[in-house]
Amino acid sequence: MSGGAPHFRFVSRKRRVREDRRLVAGHGRFAADLQLEGALHVALITSDHPAARIVGIDAGAALAMPGVMLVLGGAELAAAVDPLMSGPDVPKVRRYPLAVGEARYAGEWVAAVVAQSRSVAEDARELVRIEYAPLPFNLDPEAAYLTDSRPVHAEHGSNVLLDRAFVWGDVDADFAAARHKLAYRVSWGRSSTVPIETFHITARWDAWAQMLDVWASVQMPKYQDQIARALRIPQHNVRVHYDIDVGGSYGVKRGIKHAVLVGHLSRLLNAPVQLIEDRLENMRGGDMQGPDRLFDVELAFADDGRIRAMKMRALDNCGAYAGRAPFQLGKPIGAIVGPYQINSVAYHAISVTTNKAPQEAVRGFGQAPTNYAIETGIEKVAAALGLDRLEVRRRNFITKDQFPYLIPSGTRYDSGDYHAVVDKVLAAADWPGLIAERDGLRKAGLLAGIGLAACLEPGGGNSSFEPLLNPRIDTTTWMESARIVVDATGTVSVTVHTTSSGQGHDTLAATAVGEVLGIDPDEIRVLRPDSIASLASNSPVGSRMAVMLGGAAFHAAGKLKTQLVAIAAHNLGVAAERLVYDGGTVREIDGARRLGWSELITIAHRQHHRLPPGVEPGLAVSHTYQVPTGGALPTADGRVQMYPTHAFEFHVVLVVIDPDIGKPEIRRYVIGHDCGTMINPDIVDGMTLGGIAHGIGAALLEEFAYDGEGQMIAQSFADYLLPSSHEVPEVKIVHHVTPSPYTVFGQKGSGESGYLGAPAAISSAINDATRQLGIGFHKLPMRLSEIGDAIAGAREEAKPSGKAKRK
Amino acid sequence: MQVSLHVNGTLHTLEVEPRLSLLDALRQNLRLTGTHAGCEHGVCGACTVLIDGEPSRACLMLAVRADGYAIQTIEAIAPAPGELSVLQDAFCETHGLQCGYCTPGMILAGHVLLKQNSSPTREAVVEAISGNLCRCTGYGQIVDAILLAAERLRAGNAAKTGGRP
Repeated sequence: MSGGAPHFRFVSRKRRVREDRRLVAGHGRFAADLQLEGALHVALITSDHPAARIVGIDAGAALAMPGVMLVLGGAELAAAVDPLMSGPDVPKVRRYPLAVGEARYAGEWVAAVVAQSRSVAEDARELVRIEYAPLPFNLDPEAAYLTDSRPVHAEHGSNVLLDRAFVWGDVDADFAAARHKLAYRVSWGRSSTVPIETFHITARWDAWAQMLDVWASVQMPKYQDQIARALRIPQHNVRVHYDIDVGGSYGVKRGIKHAVLVGHLSRLLNAPVQLIEDRLENMRGGDMQGPDRLFDVELAFADDGRIRAMKMRALDNCGAYAGRAPFQLGKPIGAIVGPYQINSVAYHAISVTTNKAPQEAVRGFGQAPTNYAIETGIEKVAAALGLDRLEVRRRNFITKDQFPYLIPSGTRYDSGDYHAVVDKVLAAADWPGLIAERDGLRKAGLLAGIGLAACLEPGGGNSSFEPLLNPRIDTTTWMESARIVVDATGTVSVTVHTTSSGQGHDTLAATAVGEVLGIDPDEIRVLRPDSIASLASNSPVGSRMAVMLGGAAFHAAGKLKTQLVAIAAHNLGVAAERLVYDGGTVREIDGARRLGWSELITIAHRQHHRLPPGVEPGLAVSHTYQVPTGGALPTADGRVQMYPTHAFEFHVVLVVIDPDIGKPEIRRYVIGHDCGTMINPDIVDGMTLGGIAHGIGAALLEEFAYDGEGQMIAQSFADYLLPSSHEVPEVKIVHHVTPSPYTVFGQKGSGESGYLGAPAAISSAINDATRQLGIGFHKLPMRLSEIGDAIAGAREEAKPSGKAKRK
Repeated sequence: MQVSLHVNGTLHTLEVEPRLSLLDALRQNLRLTGTHAGCEHGVCGACTVLIDGEPSRACLMLAVRADGYAIQTIEAIAPAPGELSVLQDAFCETHGLQCGYCTPGMILAGHVLLKQNSSPTREAVVEAISGNLCRCTGYGQIVDAILLAAERLRAGNAAKTGGRP
């Protein structure tokens, strides 16, 4: 760790993650573990067609089966519930949990079968006859964007969900003045986080209590709000239980259509209803596929490789419905120049509907694809000028004395020292040795390449990307809360108001409170009230919890300290300014008088006669924390500060390819990471390593591939390839700490780390390895078959006999 | 039909449908919910249990086929409520997990490896867990956990047998 980091007692220390103990013993509490008496089970009938009119649903034979309670179609459901919310301003792109009248992608839920067991529901599903009238379909976003394309939603009139061109700075002048320009296209294929747990939910409507209880493996902000709106009931009639362990999410476990469907079914059937997606339901129609994006980029740059201006067009294939996914074109605006000094930017963000499955938010919320597009450009500038790739990055980096640094799109980056991180990584990677190793491998007849990527991870943001991309929305608040209660015996509890999916929020909250109060975090209990008993909070999205929950817990603990000091001041007859709180005791700064923890607690809970006027009895404090950089609306030209913190990462990768086999092997991997103060280093490391593994998948293995018939063909783990321990190399992490000036401990968001740069780094390595053959890869994932075929083709081409044959 | 399942040292006689998977029998009939469903087609390993000491996919085995075998689930690994095995404790020490969903399978895979090989190399650990997918950790801290547990188990055994030939 670098010098200059503040000193902490618990923060940044190697401390165990408290959540781990019960999980290693198999004593988690996952949504599917819940078995309610009399629960009914749902199996879904999904569309076989990428586009079809639903002519009729014949459920007669299914309903005749013993144990089958109901077969529900979209038309009946739509009469009882309101449409699900969309992010962009597209009121005519209506969406319900089940297709209404028309199915718009293969795998879309068309009907729900409810039975006394899942197996009976599955049996009954086979007997339901659905008559379809197939319609023309389209999977191509460029075709969808044409004005004469057939709209996926006829009422909406086009396929355009979002189409906004931003210009920040004098882009035309910068391009006109630049000595060099280049243009390129890269594409980011559709992949996702694909948690090992599919989406699980149980809902139970109690007509007497007028309460819908929901236990779900969810990571959705404003979940209860959206459920209540769709079901047309008051929000406090929906109780989402946050003490559920979520078996991985990384963005995608939004589950809003699932909740509205089972909530409605529970109300209709007056019984608890459970929906446990199987893997096929999850992959095809579970709302979990990620960005699917074409980038056309132009760069204007000088002889020395300094980039002056960038034009970027991002065309995103959103799939059949809008949801919040188009906003994934918005987050990258907060780091649109990456870690580089680019003077002006034109950004054209387009989201279109096609007959693919709808997208959902995925780790990074669109930042990883954008980083890949920017990093590809850096490599191209270096190649065009014959300059070293590393040197071009160094020349373009924002320097440490320029922070806070205002980028053209309105964000002020908080802090960083990119050059120092790069130097540390090169030292750790033994840069000259690495180059020698690569060159040695090449001499031995292998293809070998070094990959580089530098990028930022915006974290802890507000929701200003909503008004930025939909002027009808003016929400900018994106708070998180914590409450601390000290009971009459002096034990401390703190509350967290969301679910977690492995991010260690209990550990985070306890560490923050323990740090401020000077109490061992292991002695602090962390609780998760349900959504009604919770204070306003969002959920662990956008790398926000270290900043936001950490901030809320810090400030709540500060309030508690202030209250204890007031009690001591009153009882000691000393002004509060002359007292200091020190590890549970309040003592005079320059004197001997003091009041210990147990006496302070006793006064607060039992001795009203000793309580200062105006102080409430008992010890309970809460704090609701807004993003530390606030929440201003965007300017008319779309400048806005969404994210307060900007963590930096720098990847160095050595990839080897046996040209006869064509399969890349990652031989070395070093990442430098600066997320400011790490609250728990093991958690940060785990996120980073997991992010890199996910990035390896996105770069090489994972793709929701569709065939020419509009069918998604990667439907199982035999087709959709997740990296195993064999595909993920040992990774060396080099830490650097540049505290954020905006946050309570100097921490920055880091929940998306690793993933944001790994795909770019691996692409860089493979292109470095294959450049000598005159081939290149500009599309992720770089399928193993395509790499192998391209290498074989290039070698064939290079053979004298091969050339002769063609002549 | 009737099946006798010998699970974690207890014999359970159940009346089940022939098509019931061992995974569902454990989770639903016996309420042993530490074994998880991930892909339900034998790829991810979240449903790993030990059958006569060997890691096996509970999603691919019918409950009726498991009659007569000694089945161990994650619930059998902790020596006592609130007390962790050396391997479980090592997972906590290195933070070899995040969401905990694949973790029971990982622990069982590591448990078997350490029974068979007290000094595994890093490569041997990577191989032993390669049938279990994890989306959170990138495997690094899992491998570290198993290597740490091996080291601790060796040190523990050396201390107990210290001085003896």
